[in-house]
Amino acid sequence: MGVKLLLEKAHVEGIRTYEVYRREGGYRAAEKALKTMSPDDVVEEVKKSGLRGRGGAGFPTGLKWSFLAKPEGIPRHLVCNADESEPGTFKDRYLMEYIPHLLIEGLIISSYALGSNNTYIYIRGEYAWIVDILEQAIQEAKNNGWLGKNILSTGFDCEIYVQRGAGAYICGEETALLESLEGKRGNPRIKPPFPAVQGLWNRPTVVNNVETLSAVVPIINITGEEYAKIGVGRSTGTKLISACGNINKPGVYEIDMTISVEEFIYSDEWCGGIKNGKRLKACIPGGSSVPILPANLLLKTAKGETRYMNYESLNDGGFVSGSMMGSGGFIVLDEDQCIVKHTATLAHFYRHESCGQCSPCREGTSWMDKIFQRLESGKGKMSDIDLLWHIQFNIDGNTICPLGDAAAWPVAAAIRHFRDEFEWHITHAEEAQKRNYGLAHYADPLPIVQ
Amino acid sequence: MAVQFSQEKMNKVQEIIARYPEGKQKSALLPVLHLAQEEFGGWLSVETMDYVASLLNLLPIEVYEVATFYTMYNTKPVGKYVFEVCQTGPCMIEGSHEIIDYIKEKLGIGVGETTQDGLFTLKTVECLGACGYAPMMQLGKHYKEHLTKEKIDAIIEECRKNATINN
Amino acid sequence: MAEEIKQEAPKKFKVTIDNISIEVPPGTTILNAARMIGGDIVPPTMCYYTPLKESGGKCRTCLVEVSKGSDKDPRPMPKLVASCRTTVMDGMEVKNITSERALHARQGVVEFLLINHPLDCPICDQAGECDLQDLSYGHGEEGSRLDFPKRTFTKHDLGPYIQLHMTRCIMCYRCVFAADQLTEKREHGVLDRGYHSEIATYIEKALTNDFIGNVIDVCPVGALTDKTFRFKNRVWFTRPEDAHRDCDKCCGKVTLWKRGDEVLRVTARKDQWNEVQTYEDGTVGWICNECRFEKKNTSDWIIEGPTKVSRHSVKSVNHYINMLKPKETIPEVMGRNPKLLLDIHSVSEVNDPSIHLSKINGPATSKTFNKLIENKE
Repeated sequence: MGVKLLLEKAHVEGIRTYEVYRREGGYRAAEKALKTMSPDDVVEEVKKSGLRGRGGAGFPTGLKWSFLAKPEGIPRHLVCNADESEPGTFKDRYLMEYIPHLLIEGLIISSYALGSNNTYIYIRGEYAWIVDILEQAIQEAKNNGWLGKNILSTGFDCEIYVQRGAGAYICGEETALLESLEGKRGNPRIKPPFPAVQGLWNRPTVVNNVETLSAVVPIINITGEEYAKIGVGRSTGTKLISACGNINKPGVYEIDMTISVEEFIYSDEWCGGIKNGKRLKACIPGGSSVPILPANLLLKTAKGETRYMNYESLNDGGFVSGSMMGSGGFIVLDEDQCIVKHTATLAHFYRHESCGQCSPCREGTSWMDKIFQRLESGKGKMSDIDLLWHIQFNIDGNTICPLGDAAAWPVAAAIRHFRDEFEWHITHAEEAQKRNYGLAHYADPLPIVQ
Repeated sequence: MAVQFSQEKMNKVQEIIARYPEGKQKSALLPVLHLAQEEFGGWLSVETMDYVASLLNLLPIEVYEVATFYTMYNTKPVGKYVFEVCQTGPCMIEGSHEIIDYIKEKLGIGVGETTQDGLFTLKTVECLGACGYAPMMQLGKHYKEHLTKEKIDAIIEECRKNATINN
Repeated sequence: MAEEIKQEAPKKFKVTIDNISIEVPPGTTILNAARMIGGDIVPPTMCYYTPLKESGGKCRTCLVEVSKGSDKDPRPMPKLVASCRTTVMDGMEVKNITSERALHARQGVVEFLLINHPLDCPICDQAGECDLQDLSYGHGEEGSRLDFPKRTFTKHDLGPYIQLHMTRCIMCYRCVFAADQLTEKREHGVLDRGYHSEIATYIEKALTNDFIGNVIDVCPVGALTDKTFRFKNRVWFTRPEDAHRDCDKCCGKVTLWKRGDEVLRVTARKDQWNEVQTYEDGTVGWICNECRFEKKNTSDWIIEGPTKVSRHSVKSVNHYINMLKPKETIPEVMGRNPKLLLDIHSVSEVNDPSIHLSKINGPATSKTFNKLIENKE
């Protein structure tokens, strides 16, 4: 069993309620932070922990906090990004649904550190029942003196509000989220200015993911230094992975980032191996935006070294032969899955979720989607593969926000690693409607790539 | 249906507005639209949107812009029960397309259509964050996960039963 | 330009764009620094519009490469940046036309802007003064790689003055900013999202605000055009003249577009970047609907003289002032005056005046004509 910092108590009977959460040691960290530490101490502690943003980008949280502008007389805000929408990712939902007080406690500590008296949780609109769970938890925290005016007689005031989105993946991008929270269309802002200077209602704002803010609780409890000892290198602490696809045990797992990808997939402690005794074909290890990897490159790096479940190792080889930790949405595809079809659903997803503000994303995502539909309907042309490649290349890096990149990368990686499958789709149009290309040379176990 | 919140809902609106700093009541737009959609027949008519605009002191176009941006707001009438089936990658590999086809066959409607009795609408949606429990769909406030044909049958049956009781 | 007014600013930033250096006040964008330098190194723009706050950043045509961030932090910026929204730093080095990356990205953006554009220039009132035409001429590729039907929209009627052709729209948002910033009650906006986003009013509505006509001037393409000028003429056949009148609503300074003595169209005065002029006192030359749509008689106006328009040569009346007449060299070289193409029948059967050209399908050679002549006989 690995270390568990977030989910340790997630399955204690009644942990959703304040009484049980408190009995199990909850709000100890909030008490410690508010009573014995200054806001700057908390920031310092988070810096020491090496905690990196768990939403996808992996930016050091302490550093992000230290960028927050503190002009005299202007309120600052902390906003919790609970707009979890990246295909393959359902870890924040798990945290909020099972152990909501952990997030609330994390928010109280973080609000204290950043000086946010009004903190907002922006949650995706579809998680409607979780809004009730969170509001209940907030009410309980308030009733017990953890929120409101003059918390623990420290003079610190804090309120937390839950704001529901209404169906838009783009609102997971922090500036689109802020626009949405201001009651507008979720169009990402053009940066600079960054939210740390001009965020919500033009006030200095920090936006952090649910898991990131929850992780602040164990950091305060065990100290940043101890937290940093867990994991490896710059991948400190624990990370939630939501595993799905063709595995025996889909679900949310907490790992300490020292285990290998192979262990994660095949061990009974985690995914429990590939379902129905099939073989592993490919995997998208960090949410739909990150590059897909064929089994051989997933388990071992191009250099033949074991690949581990952490930021650095998953990125080994860059985008040529590696991928990314991303949001921790781990999608496993077995030998029966068709890469073209799977990528087509993702192309459709990004087309559907593009806000339409900037031309490369608005036009490019829809063009790619149309080409994928053509490939899927058996009318593809050989030139479509290069065309897809060119379109994704022209989108990548040229858009206002990272959605353009997120739409481009899966297509690029699918073509890079599975070009022969695309070609087969075109040359065997009829057959491709009935069966998939199969394993070819991607399966595990496999000869190691050069 | 006259478009006018009850006193109870009006209090809720005021409570929502109070979450934001003075003059930032536009922030209440998304929550109030959710509330309006629930109250006024499951969709947002022009009348409803204009009403929300007047409540929050916004221009009507600001409300139309927002309502058409987010997929959860229906700008056309929908059935009493809306089946929103996820079709993105992880659900697709677990057979969401078969589920969609089954619902189509069972209800005799296509995607985006409503049954003649006004009970059911079928929609396809993009990833709802339940990839480990695929295939899945949203029905009202809740998720229905690990869908099978049998489960769909049971859900439809239950909806029909509830509809009769409520009538 | 606004930046030039703030000349007292103590410190100036040195920025180098395509190896040309200039000193500009802090806060100047890369684009405006480039415009101060002028010439070929100025990035093209489709959505940025100086007099409209918050405009820019969306179309991505002005992307440039920042090869050196500043003297303090010389690292290059990893991604191309929108020059219209990125401010210069001291010592910054920028590559525009000297950056293959930027040029390639721009070519990609032009393709994206064109794939769903109807390319109906022959019947578009904007033709001849269209930013998208200029952009595709300058940066586009021959032919289109899109082999799907183009996007279409349901038609919306915006009332008696303004014609909306949504299929031509490139979603620059300028008209939305204009309505927001020039009128009290914006009635149109961006509806729906992504591929389907469109400019519309949601409910059929005539746009009638006194200043709403300015959306026509800010539209970079033929999506919003003047109904009172619709199909009346081609812009390159009309003669622009600056004129003014005493107007109690607006500055009354306009450009009249005339054919003979007839005023076909009235617009605000534009500067060399095709943006409505900002006058020396800082006011922007927006005009009211009355001046634009209702005053179509020469007698309504005090004519100042021909407009100097340097952006589009076809209507640059003053372009020919002080120009030397080119020396006719062909007769000297050929020993005779050049023959016009239509005169060619004097030496060949092609274009024989006795043959009706409408009888010929497609390209014709002397053989075609011979055959027709034989048949006739």
